[in-house]
Amino acid sequence: MTVRSSGTHAIHIEQDVVLARQLARKLATECGIRLIDLTKLVTAVSELARNTMVYGGGGDMDWQIIDENPRTGLRLTFRDEGPGIPDLKLAMTDGWTSGSGLGLGLTGAKRLVDDFEIDTAPGKGTRVTITRWT
Amino acid sequence: MERIPILQMGPFLLVTIQVDMHDQLALTLQDDLSERISKTSARGVLIDISALDMVDSFIGRMIGTISGLSKIMDAQTVLVGMQPAVAITLVELGLTLPGVSTALNVERGMKLLQDRVIEQ
Repeated sequence: MTVRSSGTHAIHIEQDVVLARQLARKLATECGIRLIDLTKLVTAVSELARNTMVYGGGGDMDWQIIDENPRTGLRLTFRDEGPGIPDLKLAMTDGWTSGSGLGLGLTGAKRLVDDFEIDTAPGKGTRVTITRWT
Repeated sequence: MERIPILQMGPFLLVTIQVDMHDQLALTLQDDLSERISKTSARGVLIDISALDMVDSFIGRMIGTISGLSKIMDAQTVLVGMQPAVAITLVELGLTLPGVSTALNVERGMKLLQDRVIEQ
């Protein structure tokens, strides 16, 4: 496994969520991810970037293009130093929300990508990593 | 302030979303539309999303809200032009837009609205 390229995109205001989507679209196109998978990935990015901004109080999206013969993947990590998620099992339930959303962000994003990892604890922030392969 | 234009065509309002919307812009559209329905006594709202290459849960919720509030205000909403990849993603995301009428393109959407208004 080799990392072809990587970078970080800050997420603090609503416009950063739009820019995160556009960056993910550009990177996924570079990886050769096909349109339907690309659309799913960009939608997952929108949900997670919004969570970072709204619930995490802002943070970063790290990106990596990974070559793992014969496939290529785009891996994205959403990091924040916010309050964390006290009950992860509850947060990963369809339709449950601590805010005013539909409660589809986390669970929906998980369904839209190949790999999904979440690391969170109260007071320790939240870190969600997703990967989509070609 | 940035706004999405709402056009009036007889008894109908037409909205074509052509920008990658941030959340506030979506909420502004929702408010503007309810105001315009009330001001113009519109009988129908046509929302064209053919230029949108992504609809997430926030935009999906906005569409559902517009459809619901227009119904209460005696207007019908038809959503048109959804790209196939967007439709597949929405279903997988868990958003099936219950109660929202859809049509493949603007022409069919207009026909649907006209038929419904005549029926009444």
